Amino acid sequence: MTDSKYFTTTKKGEIFELKAELNSDKKEKKKEAVKKVIASMTVGKDVSALFPDVVNCMQTDNLELKKLVYLYLMNYAKSQPDMAIMAVNTFVKDCEDPNPLIRALAVRTMGCIRVDKITEYLCEPLRKCLKDEDPYVRKTAAVCVAKLHDINAQLVEDQGFLDTLKDLISDSNPMVVANAVAALSEIAESHPNSNLLDLNPQTINKLLTALNECTEWGQIFILDCLANYTPRDDRESQSICERVTPRLSHANSAVVLSAVKVLMKFMEMLPKDLDYYGTLLKKLAPPLVTLLSAEPELQYVALRNINLIVQRRPEILKHEMKVFFVKYNDPIYVKLEKLDIMIRLASQANIAQVLAELKEYATEVDVDFVRKAVRAIGRCAIKVEQSAERCVSTLLDLIQTKVNYVVQEAIVVIKDIFRKYPNKYESVIATLCENLDSLDEPEARAAMIWIVGEYAERIDNADELLESFLEGFHDESTQVQLQLLTAIVKLFLKKPTETQELVQQVLSLATQDSDNPDLRDRGYIYWRLLSTDPVAAKEVVLAEKPLISEETDLIEPTLLEELICHIGTLASVYHKPPSAFVEGSRGVQHKRLPGSAGSGESVESPDTGSAAGVSDAPPAVIPSQGDLLGDLLNLDLAPPATTTGPPPPTSSGMQMGAMDLLGGGLDSLMGDESEPPPIPLRTDTPQSPQLPHQSPSPPDYSPTELGGDLGGSPAMGAGFGAPPAAMPASFNAPVSGGLDDLFDLGGGVGMPSGAYSPPKSIWLPAMKAKGLEISGTFARRAGVVQMEMTLTNKAMSVMTDFAIQFNRNSFGLAPAGPLQVLTPVSPNQSIEVALPLNTVGPVMKMEPLNNLQVAVKNNIDVFYFSCQYPISMLFVEDGKMERQVFLATWKDIPNDNESQFQIKDCHLSSDAASSKLQGSNIFTIAKRTVDGQDMLYQSTKLTNGIWVLAELRVQAGNPNYTVSLKCRAPEVAQCVFQSYEAVLKN
Amino acid sequence: MIGGLFIYNHKGEVLISRVYRDDIGYVFQDVVGWRNAVDAFRVNVIHARQQVRSPVTNIARTSFFHVKRSNIWLAAVTKQNVNAAMVFEFLYKMCDVMTAYFGKISEENIKNNFVLIYELLDEILDFGYPQNSETGALKTFITQQGIKGQTKEEQSQITSQVTGQIGWRREGIKYRRNELFLDVLESVNLLMSPQGQVLSAHVSGRVVMKSYLSGMPECKFGMNDKIVIDKQGKGGASDDAGKSGKQSIAIDDCTFHQCVRLSKFDSERSISFIPPDGEYELMRYRTTKDIILPFRVIPLVREVGRTKLEVKVVIKSNFKPSLLAQKIEVRIPTPLNTSGVQVICMKGKAKYKASENAIVWKIKRMAGMKESQISAEIELLPTNDKKKWARPPISMNFEVPFAPSGLKVRYLKVFESKLNYSDHDVIKWVRYIGRSGIYETRC
Repeated sequence: MTDSKYFTTTKKGEIFELKAELNSDKKEKKKEAVKKVIASMTVGKDVSALFPDVVNCMQTDNLELKKLVYLYLMNYAKSQPDMAIMAVNTFVKDCEDPNPLIRALAVRTMGCIRVDKITEYLCEPLRKCLKDEDPYVRKTAAVCVAKLHDINAQLVEDQGFLDTLKDLISDSNPMVVANAVAALSEIAESHPNSNLLDLNPQTINKLLTALNECTEWGQIFILDCLANYTPRDDRESQSICERVTPRLSHANSAVVLSAVKVLMKFMEMLPKDLDYYGTLLKKLAPPLVTLLSAEPELQYVALRNINLIVQRRPEILKHEMKVFFVKYNDPIYVKLEKLDIMIRLASQANIAQVLAELKEYATEVDVDFVRKAVRAIGRCAIKVEQSAERCVSTLLDLIQTKVNYVVQEAIVVIKDIFRKYPNKYESVIATLCENLDSLDEPEARAAMIWIVGEYAERIDNADELLESFLEGFHDESTQVQLQLLTAIVKLFLKKPTETQELVQQVLSLATQDSDNPDLRDRGYIYWRLLSTDPVAAKEVVLAEKPLISEETDLIEPTLLEELICHIGTLASVYHKPPSAFVEGSRGVQHKRLPGSAGSGESVESPDTGSAAGVSDAPPAVIPSQGDLLGDLLNLDLAPPATTTGPPPPTSSGMQMGAMDLLGGGLDSLMGDESEPPPIPLRTDTPQSPQLPHQSPSPPDYSPTELGGDLGGSPAMGAGFGAPPAAMPASFNAPVSGGLDDLFDLGGGVGMPSGAYSPPKSIWLPAMKAKGLEISGTFARRAGVVQMEMTLTNKAMSVMTDFAIQFNRNSFGLAPAGPLQVLTPVSPNQSIEVALPLNTVGPVMKMEPLNNLQVAVKNNIDVFYFSCQYPISMLFVEDGKMERQVFLATWKDIPNDNESQFQIKDCHLSSDAASSKLQGSNIFTIAKRTVDGQDMLYQSTKLTNGIWVLAELRVQAGNPNYTVSLKCRAPEVAQCVFQSYEAVLKN
Repeated sequence: MIGGLFIYNHKGEVLISRVYRDDIGYVFQDVVGWRNAVDAFRVNVIHARQQVRSPVTNIARTSFFHVKRSNIWLAAVTKQNVNAAMVFEFLYKMCDVMTAYFGKISEENIKNNFVLIYELLDEILDFGYPQNSETGALKTFITQQGIKGQTKEEQSQITSQVTGQIGWRREGIKYRRNELFLDVLESVNLLMSPQGQVLSAHVSGRVVMKSYLSGMPECKFGMNDKIVIDKQGKGGASDDAGKSGKQSIAIDDCTFHQCVRLSKFDSERSISFIPPDGEYELMRYRTTKDIILPFRVIPLVREVGRTKLEVKVVIKSNFKPSLLAQKIEVRIPTPLNTSGVQVICMKGKAKYKASENAIVWKIKRMAGMKESQISAEIELLPTNDKKKWARPPISMNFEVPFAPSGLKVRYLKVFESKLNYSDHDVIKWVRYIGRSGIYETRC
């Protein structure tokens, strides 16, 4: 008998007919009718009108029919909540059925009917089923707790189901354990700080025992849960690893990957000289290779993960290059991923093989793949110096094929090779120039123009070549225009006599006929430079460029660490932190590898930049997503660019690229932290009224004015001269995730502190909020920022269902949990709530900086208000700087960033002030007494890692204090000062 | 976890839809809210003009995992950070289960069995968490005949099996004849340069077992694994070790069916298990050392002017003369602008297949240590396409009656203490089949 006939009914009046059939006396006919209903439902017809008739069929002893009715119920109960209640009795009855299969079916289905009214009735049967004698029922009930929690978290907590669920971890049946673990893990995700799973050596032991006995899926649940545990010491870590390694031989790839995750994480804790460490490394390689013989979709997941693993621990797979060779029949997504890993594994030892392969790939059909292969050859050249020559000749061979996109891609990478090995391969320029006409992609054109400009002195007809591009200047993309402008200026500086006309032409094209501010500004800078001081112009434009480093497009380390903790999951496939693609509170916690807490150090401590000094500048890189971010922060911490000598390591070209691309609100805050040069240029120049819009000759500005405009940015020119690679093509979500991470630096240790908290003020008057009055304040208690509120009901009716949300704000403040208003607030009642906050929310600069916009919802409406928090509650507990670092940093921050404030009428001694401030995490580092005046040097750190340094001057007998604040982000100064004042005066 | 599971036909029509979690777009007022997700997938993946660039697609913060079986699409949908490997493993498992129930996965079969599929989906995926999906266990209680007249014992037996430690086997199986079949199935993969240099070669093998054994037998499987043999060799005489060492093979890695006790394998390297009833895959393994490459392909391609290609391909068989290879097929790719082909071959049949852009040369049987040759003249249409022909590799298919890795089954012992049959009473069959995987020679 076939069921396909149910799909074919299309006649009119069908619903009516079905209704009759559903109410038929004959069991068979009923069943047929329900099947038809389900089929209609599947193809998308609305059969909700049949609800009562279908539910009537529920009371049957035919299990198949029952399942069908349940299926219908799950789909439509939400749209008919009142009718859904009709089904409750049957569920309750079924939960008592002697047949365990029916009991389980009932409890499973009940959880899927997401109707609030039903959930109350669900509690009793669920409680019974959680303690059912049959494991099948218990394992189903365990999952049901997670379902119920999803509908009504409060109910689950109130009813004590969480405790029962925890008890199930000790159940005798492995599958019950596995499902309980899965359910608890899911619930714990939405309560980041609840410690719900309470992983301790005893529970871990239970889990490891169950691991050997449960189904493959259960093993995945348990391993994923284990990965969240942090062992106490290396011995515990090793013993867990030993018990997990057998899973690497499981046929299920997901079990293998989850086991790899646990091992990769726990390995961090093992000392590297331990024998076991080496053994473990060896054990990891074969299973990873085996994953590549799985089905293509799984291969893809595996390859994305291997990409991460190779970045974290290259030693594991360094001998396995061959398995990543591309097969002709591999799906394209597998091919592209393999190519990535091949480049990562390329080394002097295997480069010959790799190059031979890459050359082979460059002749394939898929354009993306071919391009990537060509690009890979270039990367090999940059990575393995010994192979550079062969790579270049391979690229030349490829250029000879004249396949358009191959040629273009090759030129782009050859430009990078020039950057890495200057003055070595310029002999190929002639060949490149032959292909000038065939270039139609902006990136390739820009690369070619850069090459011509950079080596203008060696190309006889450089002026002709560049002139040919100039004809269609306005049709070119910005990238090409900018490059052309720079190249012609370079050409002019090298061969001033013949090219004057050309440079005039390009400058006027860029400044007068273009709408693009970037282009115009760059044009003006060159124009003024050239007209005022050609020698300086030469120094700027033809400055020596820093070498590019070999490792490109590595994932930024903090993000990499987080992704390693997510091996096997979607995050590892997207290479994005979960917060970048998961909505709501779930998965927003950032995971970290254990034992590597110091990894954020370089970002936190400002001494790295100053200690390294200008001479010891790290090499700049072709900024990829991650690097760029690192650069940005380095820049922020590096000495200001007023020093003479070679330009600082990070050219502002990158910086600008970063700011352009860091869309949304992030850029404002980040931008403010970094050195200011690009911003004034952008805004000032177009506004100046006397700009040479009308005059065709270069403007005659006085040098002093120019000095002001260009002050402190010799890096600018170099930045402009940098190749277009400095502007990454894509700059997507991983970065924002990475940023979140960085903003989250101030975890802070719990320390009882007498932090100052202002008195409560009324934030939301009852008038504006239909009777709800909210007054509140902020406080930092034991390292946690809290929002303390009094909710007063001044209306006539009861208020329930409170919830709270924040708008994006300067420091990423966000509620760490839901607003806990347990009981309804009756008229004229007030309740106190404390809402713990975290600082991992989305960031947007606010005006004033400490402004917070809040939305509060209750059963009546949604209300909005804004309030200002004292910035002192964002001062973290580890904000005490080393003396040396303090000194260096103080010197380092330009004086422009210093702001001075007066605190009047303060009658504390300097020691009392110091201890008072310490209570609010403003730490005194040194004290100096000069002429009866006490100077306190103080530091404090904000949750997002911004340091504020202060000098507090206290004159005995004088009630007026002077505070000088220095900070790389000067806009926080005002707020910090306000905090000083508030703390000292209270 | 998995928020929903959809099955589509090639047109993108939904055949099965099961929503486990509201977050994927089921909105209160909008009963058919999940349709958004369904449509998004159809528009962006099934109807996409381009070839699929990734098996995981993110559309509007919703992730879609898909696998395709013939022209049926299976898609799992989620909004959370799920275990991606698990989702794919589950989709494969789902395909296995469906195949075990009603054969080939086709539109017709799915429509014919949609009630069954819903029942299965209800059972093996709960709130998006995969549950026991062993066909052996499922078939005991999802039957489409209704479970009538079950006694209480039977019911509890079902539940204890579904949740139990040995979820893949039920108690009380009885056979008059205790019998087992072992198939060692290997696929040998090769990538060779035109000059005959091995660029990469590996064997991926599977040991498939069909067991018809009574009771709950405890089995132990032994093979010529180098590590085991060397360990045993150490205990015995030294020359003995040398002799057996030659016959043993180095296994790079192996994975096992969930019935095998992994911790025991990890500590003692012994493979012990209670097998499922019927056919299943006991283990998979991979070797890269000392592989016997059954065939060698020697290509010779010459371009004669712009409109002609001369191709000569020699194949040599490289195994014992007493053995016979079967189903040999050599596929020689031809350029897209081929206008005509003339083929001469010494053995078998060769044909130019324009639709596949290849010359296909088939030989039914070929003994070991033999050689055969084909030569072809390919006429080309003159084109002004500058792009060079990519010259795909020459690929080969064959089947040989031995294991190219050199793997040998040493024993499979069966112990069933409760029933009175011993290891000797079990009839055992072993068969070795080596097939070509991706066996390519570049030209």
